[in-house]
Amino acid sequence: MTRTVLVTGVSGHIGARVALALAADPEIDRVIGVDTAPPPSPAGEDGAVLGRTEFVRVALRSPDLVKVIRDADVDTVVHLSLVSGPGGSGRASGSGGGRPAMKEHNVIGTMQLLAACQRSATVRRVVVRSTTAVYGSSPHAPAVFTEDTEPVEVSHSGYARDATEVETYVRGFARRRPDVTTTTLRFATLMGPGVDSPLTGYFSQPVLPTVLGFDPRLQFVHEDDAVEVLCRTARADHPGVFNVAGDGVLLLSQCARRTGRPVIPMPSPAFRFVSGLARGARLVDFSPEQLALMSHGRAVDTTRLAAELGWRPKYSTAAAFDDFLRSRGGPGDLPRALVDWLADFVRPIS
Amino acid sequence: MDDFQGRRTDGSTNESTNESRDGSAADDRLAELFAFLRRRITGDYEVDEFGFDPELNEKVLLEALRPLYRRWFRAEALGLGNVPADSGALIVANHSGTLPVDALMLQVAVHDELSRPLRLLGAHLVYQLPVLGHLARKSGHTLACPEDADRLLRKGEVVGVFPEGFKGIGKPFSERYRLQRFGRGGFVASAIRAGVPIVPCAIVGAEEIYPKVGDLPALARLLGLPYLPITPLFPWLGPLGLLPLPSKWLIEFGEPIRTDEYAPEEADDPMLVFDLTDHIRETMQRQLDALRLRRGPAFPPIVM
Repeated sequence: MTRTVLVTGVSGHIGARVALALAADPEIDRVIGVDTAPPPSPAGEDGAVLGRTEFVRVALRSPDLVKVIRDADVDTVVHLSLVSGPGGSGRASGSGGGRPAMKEHNVIGTMQLLAACQRSATVRRVVVRSTTAVYGSSPHAPAVFTEDTEPVEVSHSGYARDATEVETYVRGFARRRPDVTTTTLRFATLMGPGVDSPLTGYFSQPVLPTVLGFDPRLQFVHEDDAVEVLCRTARADHPGVFNVAGDGVLLLSQCARRTGRPVIPMPSPAFRFVSGLARGARLVDFSPEQLALMSHGRAVDTTRLAAELGWRPKYSTAAAFDDFLRSRGGPGDLPRALVDWLADFVRPIS
Repeated sequence: MDDFQGRRTDGSTNESTNESRDGSAADDRLAELFAFLRRRITGDYEVDEFGFDPELNEKVLLEALRPLYRRWFRAEALGLGNVPADSGALIVANHSGTLPVDALMLQVAVHDELSRPLRLLGAHLVYQLPVLGHLARKSGHTLACPEDADRLLRKGEVVGVFPEGFKGIGKPFSERYRLQRFGRGGFVASAIRAGVPIVPCAIVGAEEIYPKVGDLPALARLLGLPYLPITPLFPWLGPLGLLPLPSKWLIEFGEPIRTDEYAPEEADDPMLVFDLTDHIRETMQRQLDALRLRRGPAFPPIVM
């Protein structure tokens, strides 16, 4: 049996890496990558960054996709093209049409893709990328979310809502096609040298505004681990919904201290105002659910994934964050140097 | 906890050594202080999934509460053998005092006398407030919900709960040491699910710190608070009225009530949960009355 994998959102960083990794697998015969824009490849359109992946430029909501799936006898679909922001800060597939275009892409795109999969006689496995943002961020929610936790309040904005709707369609698809293995992966915030997200943008600023009186728990998953999980679920059957996150949590204050950058705590209305300005100026794309995250935080339980895959992420939350910092020129050393200097200064006196 | 014991042994060696060794011990302490500062400033410390920061709790937060526990309230902890040394347990305590000072003191008692962190289950209100909610998380506490309670008990932590909630802490002074209605008994169900013992705990002394003689319900509603107390000192003396009266405290851990005889599924049996909740409440009321007699007057020179 020949194996053909279709990867959507292949022009995104994670999509490209997953396609590349799958293309390097001798057991997989063909990897087809689709996206609305070609991968941002320095080597031109031949797709050198994608290895032997065949790139097809097609919108998820166009009928061409059905043809691609039918003609290529695709047996595994890895659906990664979930856009997190309407601006599409750096994401080629964002196509920058504002919030309506983002919703169209995320929700209608997924519906179309799943409809195509439902029609297909060859598709045996569907892997969908979702996000832990579906749990929301609330002071009334349990501290740690398991896959079965119902969100206290359903998010009514942006990315999280799209992901919630996407998951609803995936559940519907799984019900209608029980013969197809469906895997939904809820990823924590991606972190790593190549990740370009609102949060990595936030941590790259020279000063970090925070919400006064709040110190949220954050959880990261390293891009290497995310790619590994996606490849593993694309290669073998792992039905169900799984949280994917690095072990442990970091508090925002802890992250800020690790960056060595100064923090400006501001009351939450001021924080909202400033992030609105930053969003308008296209500096940092901070959506309402990210604002909630910056106040209340979120942590998820990953025991189900570890039990299913028999594997643990290589990077803990802290290690993923440190790796990201190293790639951005390392943490600022001033505070550390100051303490060391003070210690040296005081020691001779005593 | 290792740190805590380490510091104790440090102290005992100090006493028995001569001047020069004393000097190097001071050096060590200074080095330790700078190592601590360095860890804090570079973010190089661990926080658990609930946001519990053991180092901050031990070295800063509890340090600030200890004088209140030892000198102001002269608190004594009794029945320490009733709390398991290294496995999960659910401490169920009476709640009183207008402000949750009893929760803080119970935390000091469990940490200092039993060398275990106490993980309290707190009201929603606490976690809605800025600063307070996140300080509560850093000192190891979390929201009172079945998911968090089950998770902490499964991890073998000592979890504390005040089932009376606001009804207990906000009751008028005239009703002191009368246990109020317990909630829905969710804490009992959690203990059964985890198979951990329930340790009834009586706290005597908290009732007298802010004697609530009146209430301003309309203003409280306006501010979104469960109650706004009038005490002999508050609001008459302004911020000075927040000073707790120096009553004598006793904290007693009672005989543990086993739950491992029940199957975890029996946590879903409402009759069993109700019966057990009532039993615990009666036990605690008796324990509370006895402990109150044992303490005698709250303010030794005056009888109250």
